[in-house]
Amino acid sequence: MKRLLAALAMITTTATAQAEEVTTFTLDNGMEVVVIEDHRAPVVVHMVWYKIGSADEPVGASGVAHFFEHLMFKQTDILESGEFSATVAANGGSDNAFTSYDYTAYFQRIAADRLELMMQMESNRMTNLAITADNIATERNVVLEERNQRTENNPGALAREQFNAAQYQNHRYGVPVIGWKHEMEQLNIDDALAFYDLYYSPNNAVLVVAGDVQPDEVRALAETYYGVIPSEPDLPERIRPQEPPQRAERRITYTDPRVSQPYLIRSYLAPERDPGAQEEAAALVYLAELLGGSPFTSDLGIALQFDTQTALYTNASYDGSSLDTSTFSLAVVPTSDVSLSEAEAAMDQVIADFLANDIDPARMDSIRTQLHASEIFALDDTQGLAHRYGAALTQSLTVADVQAWPEILQSVTEDDIKAVAAKVFNRDQAVTGWVVATQEDAR
Amino acid sequence: MFRSFIALTLALFATTASAEIDIIEVTSPGGVNAWVVEEPSIPFIAVEIRFRGGTSLDLPGKRGATNLMMGLLEEGSGDMNAQEFQTAREALAASYGFSAYDDSIGVSAQFLTENQDEAIALLRQALIEPTFDRDALDRVRAQVLANIASEEKRPNSIASTAFYSAAFGDHPYGTNSDGTVESVNRLTQLDMHDAHQRALTHDRLYVSVVGDITAAQVGPMLDTLLGDLPAQGPELPNDIAFGLEGGTTVIDYDTPQAVAFFGHAGMKRDDPDFFAAYVLNNVLGSGGFESRLMNEVREKRGLTYGIGTYLVPKFHAEMMLGSVASSNATIAEAIAVTRDVWADTATNGITQAELDRAKTYLTGEYPLRFDGNSEIANIMVGMQMIDLSPEYVTNRNDYIEAVTLEDANRVARELLQPDNLHFVVVGKPEGLN
Repeated sequence: MKRLLAALAMITTTATAQAEEVTTFTLDNGMEVVVIEDHRAPVVVHMVWYKIGSADEPVGASGVAHFFEHLMFKQTDILESGEFSATVAANGGSDNAFTSYDYTAYFQRIAADRLELMMQMESNRMTNLAITADNIATERNVVLEERNQRTENNPGALAREQFNAAQYQNHRYGVPVIGWKHEMEQLNIDDALAFYDLYYSPNNAVLVVAGDVQPDEVRALAETYYGVIPSEPDLPERIRPQEPPQRAERRITYTDPRVSQPYLIRSYLAPERDPGAQEEAAALVYLAELLGGSPFTSDLGIALQFDTQTALYTNASYDGSSLDTSTFSLAVVPTSDVSLSEAEAAMDQVIADFLANDIDPARMDSIRTQLHASEIFALDDTQGLAHRYGAALTQSLTVADVQAWPEILQSVTEDDIKAVAAKVFNRDQAVTGWVVATQEDAR
Repeated sequence: MFRSFIALTLALFATTASAEIDIIEVTSPGGVNAWVVEEPSIPFIAVEIRFRGGTSLDLPGKRGATNLMMGLLEEGSGDMNAQEFQTAREALAASYGFSAYDDSIGVSAQFLTENQDEAIALLRQALIEPTFDRDALDRVRAQVLANIASEEKRPNSIASTAFYSAAFGDHPYGTNSDGTVESVNRLTQLDMHDAHQRALTHDRLYVSVVGDITAAQVGPMLDTLLGDLPAQGPELPNDIAFGLEGGTTVIDYDTPQAVAFFGHAGMKRDDPDFFAAYVLNNVLGSGGFESRLMNEVREKRGLTYGIGTYLVPKFHAEMMLGSVASSNATIAEAIAVTRDVWADTATNGITQAELDRAKTYLTGEYPLRFDGNSEIANIMVGMQMIDLSPEYVTNRNDYIEAVTLEDANRVARELLQPDNLHFVVVGKPEGLN
């Protein structure tokens, strides 16, 4: 059953488990370490997160952070090209990596007694990569095909690129993680190596080890393999161009014959989770749930999908996990005889009604209960917990912030939500995007 | 209390990891069989339920009925409408999933120990007493129609739909289980009740339960949940031979990257050579970066982001399938390389080193799959559906280890049929006619 349109799938909430056993320490060279114990199965997840993402890239080299992630699987002074993954597989494990705006991370999932081998190889490629021009040419084609697959062949993804570029007027969140195609085509070995030399260093990295391990054992191994790598003295302070005051609404229509169903997206700038200041973000989690979390019980769902047949699908989403200013988004897919302008007016009426009326206390209780339960369910997913800590620590949060988050979520009040809604729903800081197959649909 | 209560302690000893799960087989007082793993460390329970049959049970002219019916189970039951049902579910923080597949339907649930009775009562209501009211039917029908429209514009769906249609014609495997615009528009409330009576029956039921519950508690819980289902379902469809010959079909579609969906006939899951085929497929196209196809098409030539092959043993037909995507200018080369690798592997087989590497990976990876309550429940219900015993968990790696190079290469000659390989390509490919 695939009733939701895949292009509109979004993350609505984040929540942190409350009972995981976590130990943290920092190596002498500045590398932060998080150990999460889960002794249910003899398995470990080993992750190294670098505090470098696409939003840190030099101007003109968009995509280099992600491209470099691919190159990290090539040869080093002791590993052949591809030997890293082959060795993980030969030991019965799996490995991969991912790049986002704020981080690049590498991970392996493997039997717990193979942790040392993982650290040996991962620490080796932190500083000893030996890539060639030949690697560059072939792998650049691979990432261009990845862009084709994820973006060029997907009208929803192309539309999102246009909307993001309009949402951020100065910040690099407006540039796609995978890069603009014309800049990806020009990426060269100098771009890659300059990036590597500066940012791939222990004082710019977070090690997360989760699973059937003891903290003392992880500390000893980490000191042996990562602790000996010198810190990078020239690592720049992480200051990125911020948004100016946004003074005018942006409206975009993206037309592509491959679109099957017209839809609209509205996104507003919204505050993110900050160290010691996560309260507004927590209120925004509730706002997303109240407005568009469930089609059956949220304000948008009730008004547009039940009380009237205005929409096939509605959604509100917010992800507070971000180093810099995030966004709060709404989406509506109108039913076949409803125009986009009618659907947008109905959506705006829901926002206006929300701001004018009281919040139902029963809905607050229900959301609190679900957030609390999601912390219990999260304990079943060790890799998910590892991901939470890794992402948070590369986005300026502390372990204390991660552990405080569930309680902060539980203490959100109706007034907090009203206050943050009044602040966020500012059309001067918003992009409204229509996605249509033909100009005639843009009505 | 239990007709049978067999406890087995199964150890997974792989080359590199071992895990231990205790699968307890229970039969409820009402006769429902289930596999249970007690895992009290986190206070929640995962339940996985399957019924064999699935969308293949759709009656002639009612294509899409089972799929739409499954989408409606969470849209009103008992004396609750859709919103009342979901409000009650959210208050419990329970999650329910309802899925329809070609050969089965699936029901998944995760709920807290503290309110398990309420969560089971609410799920029972959805499974036993769905109302299929008119508003809900029309609302979900519109969503399914939107999904059908979307699939008609997605290159991957266009390719697979054309492939299955050519391979299986009028058999249910040959048509989209969502149905067509025409068939879905004609479906009535009565059709929903019919589909419900046909698809959820005791004789086709498989259940697994994992989490903070004892095996003794599971039987009564399942009788409450499932006791009132009909006893028997309708006949299953016939088996069908894979009917597509070798070749290339191009479907013109204006998009920058062409996608290719390819395959030929495969092997049954209970074939004595299945494990040899499984290891062989890992070497050929499913072993991540190390597979032959990934190495030749991606790593050496940069023609794609990914290429994969899959053994697909369905209940009524078996296939060996694959997919690859490449720019319109390079898809012809990607396909030519794929055909060459296929032919070379069929003729010359794989090497001892490749076999050893695949076996090490597959035996090491297996225990890592058992890493959560829902994951374990999913694995166990899948095992039951293909008639495996709980001991399979312990013995499975021995079956992999037992595959010899001779087996693998004999199976390569028999299974891989380069001349029968058919590619359906969607895009504007250059150099393919």
